[in-house]
Amino acid sequence: MSAPEKDIISPSGYRPMPDFFKIICQTAAILTVLMLGWIIYEIIESAWPAIQKYGLDFVTTSAWVPNRDRFGVLPFIVGTLASSLLAILLAFPLGVAIAIFLSENFLSPAIRQTMRFVVEMLAAIPSVVYGLWGIFVIIPIVKAFGDWAVDSLGGFPLFSGPAYGNSLLTASVVLAIMILPTITAISRNALASVPKTLREGAYALGATRWEAIFTVILPTAAPGIVAATILGLGRAMGETMAVAMLIGNSSRLSWSVLSPSGTLAGLLANQFGEAQGLQVNSLMYAALILIAITLVVNLLGEAVLRHTQKQTAGIR
Amino acid sequence: MKLTSSLALCLSIATSLALVTPARSQQISGAGATFPAPLYQRWGVEFNKVQPGIQVNYQSVGSGAGVKNFIQGVVDFGASDAAMSDEEIAKVPAGAVMIPATAGEIVFAYNLPGVNGIKLTREVMAGIYLGTVKKWNDPAIVKANPDLMLPDMPIQVAYRSDGSGTTYVFTQHLSKISAEFDDKVGTDKSVTFPVGVGGKGNEGVTALIKQSPGTVGYVEYGYAKDNGLSMASLQNKSGNFVAPDIASARNTLGNVQLPDNLRVWPVDPEGANDYPIVSFTWLLLYKKYPDAAKLKAIKEFVNWGLTDGQSFSESLGYIPLPAPVVEKAKFALSTIE
Amino acid sequence: MDSIASHSLDFFENDPAENTKVIARSLTNRFLSGICIALSLLTMLPLISIIFLLLKKGLPLFGAGIFTELPPAAGMTGGGFGNAIVGTLVMVGIALAVSAPAGILSAIYINEYAPTSRLSQAVRLVAKLLTGIPSIICGVFAFAVVVMMTGTFSAYAGGMALAVLMLPTILLTSEQALLGVQSAYREASYGLGATRFQTIARVVLPDAFPAIMTGVMLAVARAAGETAPLIFTALFSQFWAKSLNEPTASLSVLIYNFSTVPFPHQISMAWTASLVLVAFVTLANIAAQTIFSRKN
Repeated sequence: MSAPEKDIISPSGYRPMPDFFKIICQTAAILTVLMLGWIIYEIIESAWPAIQKYGLDFVTTSAWVPNRDRFGVLPFIVGTLASSLLAILLAFPLGVAIAIFLSENFLSPAIRQTMRFVVEMLAAIPSVVYGLWGIFVIIPIVKAFGDWAVDSLGGFPLFSGPAYGNSLLTASVVLAIMILPTITAISRNALASVPKTLREGAYALGATRWEAIFTVILPTAAPGIVAATILGLGRAMGETMAVAMLIGNSSRLSWSVLSPSGTLAGLLANQFGEAQGLQVNSLMYAALILIAITLVVNLLGEAVLRHTQKQTAGIR
Repeated sequence: MKLTSSLALCLSIATSLALVTPARSQQISGAGATFPAPLYQRWGVEFNKVQPGIQVNYQSVGSGAGVKNFIQGVVDFGASDAAMSDEEIAKVPAGAVMIPATAGEIVFAYNLPGVNGIKLTREVMAGIYLGTVKKWNDPAIVKANPDLMLPDMPIQVAYRSDGSGTTYVFTQHLSKISAEFDDKVGTDKSVTFPVGVGGKGNEGVTALIKQSPGTVGYVEYGYAKDNGLSMASLQNKSGNFVAPDIASARNTLGNVQLPDNLRVWPVDPEGANDYPIVSFTWLLLYKKYPDAAKLKAIKEFVNWGLTDGQSFSESLGYIPLPAPVVEKAKFALSTIE
Repeated sequence: MDSIASHSLDFFENDPAENTKVIARSLTNRFLSGICIALSLLTMLPLISIIFLLLKKGLPLFGAGIFTELPPAAGMTGGGFGNAIVGTLVMVGIALAVSAPAGILSAIYINEYAPTSRLSQAVRLVAKLLTGIPSIICGVFAFAVVVMMTGTFSAYAGGMALAVLMLPTILLTSEQALLGVQSAYREASYGLGATRFQTIARVVLPDAFPAIMTGVMLAVARAAGETAPLIFTALFSQFWAKSLNEPTASLSVLIYNFSTVPFPHQISMAWTASLVLVAFVTLANIAAQTIFSRKN
C-alpha cells in the first residue's frame, strides 16, 4: 500500500501542498551524488596520464619501480584481496556471533551491555594505535606462530618460507579486529529489527532457540548482515595507516601468509607524500582500481543476497 | 528548552572570549620533509619565546608533498630533503630560494649482540643491499674485521617501505660506489631492493632492527643514537673507516663546495675523515613575499634558525651547519624581498 | 517441527529414537549457545590487550596539564595537547554537521520517497563505491576543493575531508536502519490518515533512530582517529587556534607526529593522547546512546 502522493489535509482546507521535506531530502540526495561523484571524477582526472601510459598492463605487471617509471600493481591487488578476505574470514563469524549474542537473551542485560561497550570501545581506537599495538603485541605472536607453522606445515604453500613478523597474517588479524565493531553493530541492528511475530511464530512451531535463529531470524536479517559485511570489507580494503605499519609493504608476490605483502591503500599511504609526477598519477590509478574492486565486491554481495532471498520470502 | 538555552550560553561565552583575546599574531605555516620536522617544530616553539608575536607552524607531509604545496602556494615555506629540481623551481611563479637549514647522516644500524663497531667496506655496503653478501661471517666482512667474532647468521636486510629522502640519499651513495647497484636498483625516494623487509618510517626500520638479531637497516643518526642501536663504521673514498657521529659528519659538510643556488650533494666525499653518507635538508622560500609583515617574520625566523637555532641541532641528532654554509645561507636569505 | 516440550511430556512413553532426536536438538542448542558466548568472550581478549597497553604507556603522562598546555617540541619535556583536543572536537563537529544531515536525509529519500528512481540508484552506487575509499583520498580531495580555493590549510578543510570519509557509512547504515522499520508501522500510520512527512517524522524515524545513531557513532569514531585526511588539509599547529581558517592541531596528527620520532617523551605523550582520544570517543558514544534511547 503506498502513501498518498500529496498531503490531503493541509492547514487551510483541502488544497494540496508540496512536501517540503521531500524536496529537502531530494536536495540532500542530489548533493550527495554530486559530491561523491566529484571525488570519483577527480581521481579519474588525476589518474588519466597513468591510465593512458600503462593501460591494463598496470593491473597485470608486478614491478613498482618509480625511478625507472615502471608501475604495476598486481601484487598490491592480490594483497588487498587477500588481507581483506582473511580479515572477513576472521571477523564475520566473530561479529555475527556477538551480534546474535547481543540480540538474543542468553544472559542478563548487564552482561550484554558490557559486551556492547567492549565492541564500541574497539571502534573508538584510532588507526595509528592499532598499528602500534600490532607492532608491540601481534607481531611477536605471529612471528612465534609463524616459526612453528613453517616447521610443521612448511610444505603447504600458504605457510611456506621464512616467517616474518611484518606479514599478511599480522595485518589481516589486526584488520579483523578493526572491522569487528562495524560488522557487529550493524548486524545487531539487523537482527534486532526482525519482527517479534516471526520469532514467536518459530517458537510456537516448536523450534529450539538456535533452530529459530538459523531457519528464520538469520535469513530475515540476511540483507542487513550482508550490508554489514560489505561495509566491513570496504573498511578493510581502504585501511591505510595500520596496514602500512604492519604488512611489510613488499611488491613481491608470494603464496605464503607469513611473508610481507602490500595493499593498494598501504601503497598510497606510503608513497603519496614523496611522490612526484607520473608516480602521483600512478598512485591515483591504484586508487581507482581499489574503487573498482569495491564495486565488484558490492555487486557480488548483492548477488549472494539475491540468491538467499529467493530461498526465503521477504517478510517485510 | 534547556538544551537551546545552554547552547546559547556557550555561544555567547565563546564570542565574548573571542572579542577579548588580543590581536592575532603573525602566522607562518610550512610543510614538507619529515626528517627535519622535529627540529623545525622546536624552532617554532623557541622562536615564539623570543618573538611572541610570530607563530611558526610546521608539519611533515613528505618532501614531495611539501614541494607540491610550495609550488601551489598554500604554504609560506616548504622543506625538502631533495631540494628542488630545476623544473620544479621553474613552476614557482614567485621564484624559489633554497636554504640549507640543517643536515643529517645516515647510518648502517644493526642488531648483533656482543658485536660492536663493525667495519663495512664499500663493496660490502652495496653487497648487503644487493643480496650478494648474505651472511654476517661472509669473508669480505671478516677480512675487514679481524678482531671481531662474527656469527654464522644470515643478514636480514631492512629498508624503508615509504618514499623518503633518506632512501634517496642512501641509494644515491650506493649507486655512486657500486655500478651494479646503480644498474639493478638505482637512486630514488622509493626503490625496489632485491632483498629485505620494509618498515614504515625511520621508526619502522628501527623497530625491525630491534626485533630480530641479525638485522641491518639504514636510518638517520638520531634514531640509531636515541634507540641505542649499534652503528657500523663505513669506508669512505679515501679508504678509511669512519664511525658515525656529529664530528665526522661536520667534516664532510665542511669540505663541501656550495654553488650559488645552495643545492649540492656530497655523494662520495673525498676527505680523509669524512663520513660518507651525509646530506643537507633545505627550507624552500619564495623570492618575493607580497605581505611585508610576513616577509619580515619569515626572514627573522630563518635568520634565527641559521644562528641560534643551530644550538638545538646536536641534542636532537642533527648536524649543526658549518660557518661557511651559514654565511652563504644568510646571503641567500637576504635576496628575498 | 515438533516441539521438544510436547515430546518431553511423554518422554518415557516415546519411541527411543524420537527421544534421541529431541535430546540431540536440545544439546545442539546448548552447544551453539556455548560457542556463541565463547566467541564473544574471545573478542574481549584483544580489547583488554589494547586497553592494557594504552593504560600502561599512556597513564604516566596523564594529568590536568594535558588539557591546558601546548605540545612539547622535540627535546622538551612537560607540555600537553589542549589545542589538539579542541581541534579534533571542532573538526569532527564540522564533519558531523555536514555528513549527518546529508547522509540521513539522502537515506530517507532513497528509502521512503523514491526507492526505485534513478537518483536513488545513483546515490546507492556512489555510496558503495566510496565505502572502500582510502582515507588519504579524502584528504587529497578536500585539499583540491577547500585548501586550493581558500589558499590556506584550515579546520574547514579538515572537517570537509572527514565529512567525505563519514558520508558513505552514515548513508548506508541509515538506509539499513530505515529498512529495518516494519512496513506494518508505515501502513498503520497511513491508515490513520497521516501524510508521508508525518509518517516519516513521527513513526519511521523514531523507530529507526537508535540504528541510525549506531551508524553515525561508528563514522565519528573512525573519523576522530584518522590521520591521513587531516595532514593534507588541516596540517598541524603548535599553538592555540584563533580561527577556523588556519592550520589546526588534532589528536590523530599529534599521535602520528609523536609516535614517529625517536624522543621518549614525545612517544610517551603519543600514548597519552591515544588514551584521551579513545576515552573521548567512548564517552561520546555512551552519551549519544543514553540521550537518544531516553527519547525512545
